[in-house]
Amino acid sequence: MMSQNKTATTLGLLATLLLAGCERPPVEMVQTGFRGTGMAQVYNPRTLSTMAELNRVPEPLAPAESSGPRAKDIYQNVQVLGDLSVQEFTRHMLAITQWVAPKDGCTYCHNPANLADDSKYTKVVARRMIQMTQHINSEWETHVADTGVTCYTCHRGNPQPQDQNGKQAYWYSAATPKRDTAGMLGWRNGQNEAAYSVAMASLPKDPFAPFLLRDENIRVQSGAALPQGDNAQTTKSAEWTYGLMNHMSKSLGVSCTYCHNSRAFASWEESSPQRVKAWHGIRMVRDLNNQFLEPLGPVYDADDLGPTGDAPKAFCATCHKGAYKPLYGQSQLKDYPELKAPLGSAKTAAAGD
Amino acid sequence: MAEYQNLFTQVQASAPTYPGVPLARDRDTAERIGRPFHNKLAGWIGNAQIGPIYLGFLGVAAAFCFVVAFTIVGFNMLVSVDYNPIQFIRQLFWLALEPPNPEYGLRLAPMNEGGWWNIAGLFLTLSILLWWVRMYRRAVALGMGTHVPWAFAAAIWLYLVLGLIRPVLMGSWSEAPPFGIFPHLDWTAAFSIRYGNLFYNPFHMLSIAFLYGSALLFAMHGATILAVSRFGGEREIEQIVDRGTASERAALFWRWTMGFNATMESVHRWAWWFAVLTCVTGGIGILLTGTVVDNWYLWAVKHGVAPAYPDVWDPALVADPALAN
Repeated sequence: MMSQNKTATTLGLLATLLLAGCERPPVEMVQTGFRGTGMAQVYNPRTLSTMAELNRVPEPLAPAESSGPRAKDIYQNVQVLGDLSVQEFTRHMLAITQWVAPKDGCTYCHNPANLADDSKYTKVVARRMIQMTQHINSEWETHVADTGVTCYTCHRGNPQPQDQNGKQAYWYSAATPKRDTAGMLGWRNGQNEAAYSVAMASLPKDPFAPFLLRDENIRVQSGAALPQGDNAQTTKSAEWTYGLMNHMSKSLGVSCTYCHNSRAFASWEESSPQRVKAWHGIRMVRDLNNQFLEPLGPVYDADDLGPTGDAPKAFCATCHKGAYKPLYGQSQLKDYPELKAPLGSAKTAAAGD
Repeated sequence: MAEYQNLFTQVQASAPTYPGVPLARDRDTAERIGRPFHNKLAGWIGNAQIGPIYLGFLGVAAAFCFVVAFTIVGFNMLVSVDYNPIQFIRQLFWLALEPPNPEYGLRLAPMNEGGWWNIAGLFLTLSILLWWVRMYRRAVALGMGTHVPWAFAAAIWLYLVLGLIRPVLMGSWSEAPPFGIFPHLDWTAAFSIRYGNLFYNPFHMLSIAFLYGSALLFAMHGATILAVSRFGGEREIEQIVDRGTASERAALFWRWTMGFNATMESVHRWAWWFAVLTCVTGGIGILLTGTVVDNWYLWAVKHGVAPAYPDVWDPALVADPALAN
């Protein structure tokens, strides 16, 4: 009897240990593709309620009077939003404070003695970020559609964007460990550690530099059944692509089958329209990293730079933070039309305010 | 009858240790090293007697080569976490010794850029091959058939295809798997992705069928023998030549339930072939991947294996955007 009790206890303990990492049922399943293809997303309603909380959009500030003198005529050194009325400009400054630096307030960017002064690097970065936001909303509708983005999409009240787990939602080029170049042993080839960036897989931990900064080929599969001698991609290339895809999956809170029919990852006709969105998203992020974020390197404080001295850059998690659409697709643009496009451009005029 | 329902051996005979059958050879004593002893724990799952063992030249050489390979892999892993023992244990499943990158092809890469992988692979291969010869010669020495070494050879075939034959045919060591727990699993997934989904590789299909089949056969056979052990069914060899009531009952059970039964002897041939064919067909499947077939999914479409599904979305919405410009 004793030994049977012991066996039962041991088995019970083992079962508990084995299942400790599992999420408890029930879960919800949403079918997205043809039946039998496994194209479905599994959601845990408990996780979703936390996520809904994280993706609440702040109340828009009361609209401001659009007539009256322009900001550029009243204030000095207003380079980007000068065509707004003074009231609109002030409203925008209040919003940006609430979105990006609610704890530090105006002085996170501004010299309180002279608000026009560019001596704080954060102000120079912020100006470039406003331009970037206008660029995204006017040039990358293929990815952000009419929903668009604002400072809040990425910042959510943090000067440095954080993801859904409170980890940094930006990336630096991974430093090559000294042993990889100098030592006798211990070569890792940029992989084989539990890397958060690739969802704790042992895949290459920095798939961002090749694909989201440089324009290396993400596609690895051949377009023909038999070798044609035209595909130089290797099994190792597939590991890099797989790393990037793991990041995308984790950042959007979806599985591979949100975009792909996993039986044929390369096949577009079997993919979902979301894959087209994602394709544009990759190009968008690459454009932002090259045009806006990487060039800001010399502006930043040394503390803000990565191990190789590079500027923080964007990837999918910067905006998505675990949601298939940032802020679950709620648009703030209608309340902040100044972010739709560079002011004075044809697009702002066409928007008709 | 509860004693017949246990997963572990219930009765352990206590007897003087036995050196094993005499072979009437000069080396009879030299081939049985160490004083045998009994171990109760071992007795629960197998024979309680441990030893005597035999190493010989081949065994020592195989063990030496294995230790060299194991040390090379282990030290590369240890140095990759800067000799930190805590990180070594914490990250152990993630650590690996990687083969060189594609630019080195079949040349020997610098030691710390994959060269060590070749050295470790060389020693591991030597170790395995020496161990195979040792197994073969021990089987012959005992006057046994050589079924065990040939079954082991099937596994070695798969190992050699993965780490030696296919990389040579592809012209690059980078195509081989790394030495590491999760890294070799991620390699497997990446390998399947690169070559268009291994599940459409018919030899992979066969290998899976034989693998699962092996598990099924093992369960059926193990269960059958345990179930008739109360009639002496575990004495299978006797039952082969002198079919007793255990054998008759087991046979009728399967004829009742599925109309057909293996015999006390033939079930072992089933098991041997299923196990061996798992590796043989798997090896063929890997060998053909990238060398003869570059995209198994498209191969399966071409040959009517992969079904076509109706369009769920407007084809215009899912057109390759890279072709749009």
